[in-house]
Amino acid sequence: MKYTYYPGCSVMATANLYQESIDAISPKIGIELEELDDWNCCGATAYMSVKELMSFAISARNLALAEPFHRDVVTPCSACYLVLNKTNQYFAEYPELRKKLGQALEAGGLSYSGNIKVRHLLDVIVNDVGPEKLSSLVTKRLEGLRVVPYYGCQIVRPEMGFDDPDDPQSMDRLIESLGAEVVPYPMKTKCCGASLIGTEEDIALRLCCELLRSAEEAEAHCMVTICPLCQMNLDVYQRKVNRLCGTKYKLPVLYFTQLIGIALGLDPKDLGLQKLAVKISKPMKEIFQGA
Amino acid sequence: MLKKEIVYESDLDHGFLDEICALPGGHEIKKCIQCGSCSGSCPTSYVMDYAPRKIFSLIRAGFRDEVLDSNTIWFCSSCYTCAVRCPKEIKITDVMYALKRLAIKEGKTKGKKSVVLSKNFVKMVDKYGRNHETELMARYVFEAELFNAFKFIPQGWALFSNGRLPLLPHRIKNIDQLRKILKKVDELGEI
Repeated sequence: MKYTYYPGCSVMATANLYQESIDAISPKIGIELEELDDWNCCGATAYMSVKELMSFAISARNLALAEPFHRDVVTPCSACYLVLNKTNQYFAEYPELRKKLGQALEAGGLSYSGNIKVRHLLDVIVNDVGPEKLSSLVTKRLEGLRVVPYYGCQIVRPEMGFDDPDDPQSMDRLIESLGAEVVPYPMKTKCCGASLIGTEEDIALRLCCELLRSAEEAEAHCMVTICPLCQMNLDVYQRKVNRLCGTKYKLPVLYFTQLIGIALGLDPKDLGLQKLAVKISKPMKEIFQGA
Repeated sequence: MLKKEIVYESDLDHGFLDEICALPGGHEIKKCIQCGSCSGSCPTSYVMDYAPRKIFSLIRAGFRDEVLDSNTIWFCSSCYTCAVRCPKEIKITDVMYALKRLAIKEGKTKGKKSVVLSKNFVKMVDKYGRNHETELMARYVFEAELFNAFKFIPQGWALFSNGRLPLLPHRIKNIDQLRKILKKVDELGEI
């Protein structure tokens, strides 16, 4: 299965471990991700806060570049997923916006007719590859590993259709197909604070603290996520959470693609596991090696 | 808590509601039934001057300054929980974005650190076509938190020492095309 791949800015930098694991597992699970040539930033939440039409226009440039390939666009980043989808949706819904975006794209020698579907990598792995096939490829079943499936907010909202906005299940099924155990987790889609971590740090740290507390209460070995910003906030900032909230969490936060890679028997180094700020714990190592 | 204990009719801006309604997505606030699902769902309402339900009420009553000066609009993290739970299907996150842009337009951004981050993000994209996270944070710290710069060292080090903080930006090849598109939007005027 071949897709047009839209990586997003984060996987080139703070989430480069995500990209490494995606590169490592893609050929194994039979998906081909062809990077969209010369893609630009989707605009995320920040651009929209300053200029609206421009944010839709930069996002639409990517859709216009992707359209000639007639393939689904796949992105691993929840913010890119939301913004590109929102652009698509508003392009279809608001004629005035469509007209202006058409004119703007034309100035750059591009055009877009609205026929590209944007999907999250999780959607592709769960629905196109499927838990059954994944399960058959597993060489190291992760028996005994207790995992929190943390979806974060933007992958399921506003309603995109591929999973429930409050209680999504797709990643749960995927984790189970690897032999690991999904722990009950009521905070699946509660926000981590997103970019507020940069500007209003304490607010975001307290939200992360709640997420970590709930994971600890569920006696999880690790959290697994699908969003670069969620991973950074929970992983890189975990020590700060502990300092602010007087806690002692040491919970590894992995990308779902890293967990898949381990179960497929790939080398942890090729999956960027050594780049986690909170390192893999001893019990996890034992499960990873012993499996 | 409202800032003024007594608000006189003459203090209110009765044109404010119409002004908000004219913004993209703004007219939707007329549908609000004040149920409070948004405030109850909001992860950051615990630190907001007014939670979203109250913001809508204030807009409709004409409390212009209270709304645009509030920290509420800048503490919205765009998680869209309110938007998917609103029984009247109001695109609340879009209204918050519209309020952000109006506050910027009117210069009501004093002490609002998120504005500095957002504006620099736009600069990154206009310059490279992509965000350069390292430069973005450096610019943000310099402009908004110079005296707190030490606060950013732990996470900066955690990222750098784990090979997650590239120093060089990626610039897209056809940046001219992107700029032509943006120039055209500028001519067309925002929505």
